[in-house]
Amino acid sequence: MITEKRRAEMVKEISGVNPLKCMKCGKCSATCPSFNEMDIKPHQFVSYVQNENIEALVNSKSLWKCLSCFACVERCPRDVKPGKLIDAARQLVLRERGKEYLSPDEIPELLDPELPQQLLVSAFRRYRR
Amino acid sequence: MKYSYYPGCTLSTKAKALDAYGRAAAQVLGFELEEIKDWQCCGGVYPLGSDEIATKLSSVRALNDAKEKGQDLVTLCSACHHVIKRVNDDMKNVEDIRTRANNYMKLAEPYAGETNVLHFLEVLRDRVGFDELKKKVVNPLKGRKIGAYYGCLLLRPSNILAFDNPENPKILEDFIRALGAEPVIYPYRNECCGGYISLKEKDMSKSMCNKIMDSAAGFGAEMLITACPLCLYNLNNSTNQQLPVVYFTELLAEALGIKEEVSL
Repeated sequence: MITEKRRAEMVKEISGVNPLKCMKCGKCSATCPSFNEMDIKPHQFVSYVQNENIEALVNSKSLWKCLSCFACVERCPRDVKPGKLIDAARQLVLRERGKEYLSPDEIPELLDPELPQQLLVSAFRRYRR
Repeated sequence: MKYSYYPGCTLSTKAKALDAYGRAAAQVLGFELEEIKDWQCCGGVYPLGSDEIATKLSSVRALNDAKEKGQDLVTLCSACHHVIKRVNDDMKNVEDIRTRANNYMKLAEPYAGETNVLHFLEVLRDRVGFDELKKKVVNPLKGRKIGAYYGCLLLRPSNILAFDNPENPKILEDFIRALGAEPVIYPYRNECCGGYISLKEKDMSKSMCNKIMDSAAGFGAEMLITACPLCLYNLNNSTNQQLPVVYFTELLAEALGIKEEVSL
């Protein structure tokens, strides 16, 4: 069984983020367009990685609510990049076999005549390997 | 002037208008978009994991193709521009990615970020010039109040995209002015439309786009323009206000008097 310490290291390696730079100002959460939908808010996400509580993160709803809009990254006064941490935790899930968030079988009923290809390729890239 | 042109998956299908009006306008404005042969999909979103390699190779191939022709690489789609520009930054500045990507590519000469990546709007601003564009306008869009919707992909992260001021951009407003219309500046023009969330959670993007529409309409916009097919789709699925949303190239073609000649 992989330890929480190792998983926290992996999140930091994949993201390239040092969560210790965070000064807890909360600007990332204040600017996040998905804030209301997130169970673990962006600024809390940073603390969870610091505290090596990765199990909570990989099971959080927040993983699938982040839009990669980079508002938190652009507006962070300490250049912490919370959005990259969220993606790294998402990668921990997606890189395990059978853990994808989107299956091709779901696609037909999600389609409509105007839906752009860009939406499908973007969702496949964020939601599965 | 000839540019390597990367259309991307959506511009040959659902977003034909963005592509066709852009190509036609380029001819009028005196530059040529030469489509990259056998381009591959950029993936739509930039792979954020710093150990990702395979997902960046399609961009590297397009970038290297442009390099071999000695051309700048131009895109019309915000997403393609975003992905290719960020991958190019990796190839230029991140040694680990550059080495491993080149090991895959087996090129005659390694690729190290030499290609200049431009969005079509940057060509208009920096190469053609908005003053020159204004002179080519035969059908000025007088009295039209138009809101620019930037979204995320053109602006952020600003240290890499280097497109415009990420919090107070003006390139699209200057573009609107050059066409003779009046730009409407509203607070939500650089906030996210929801992006790919609209595949599985349509209510989330709907609520974000409603805020954008309300914000634009509240400041007096009569229509919105965008450079992103996914923004256009999401905005069209909002339920408040319902301002018309068109690609910026359609507005450009209209002002240049060539809109009717373009077949979609």
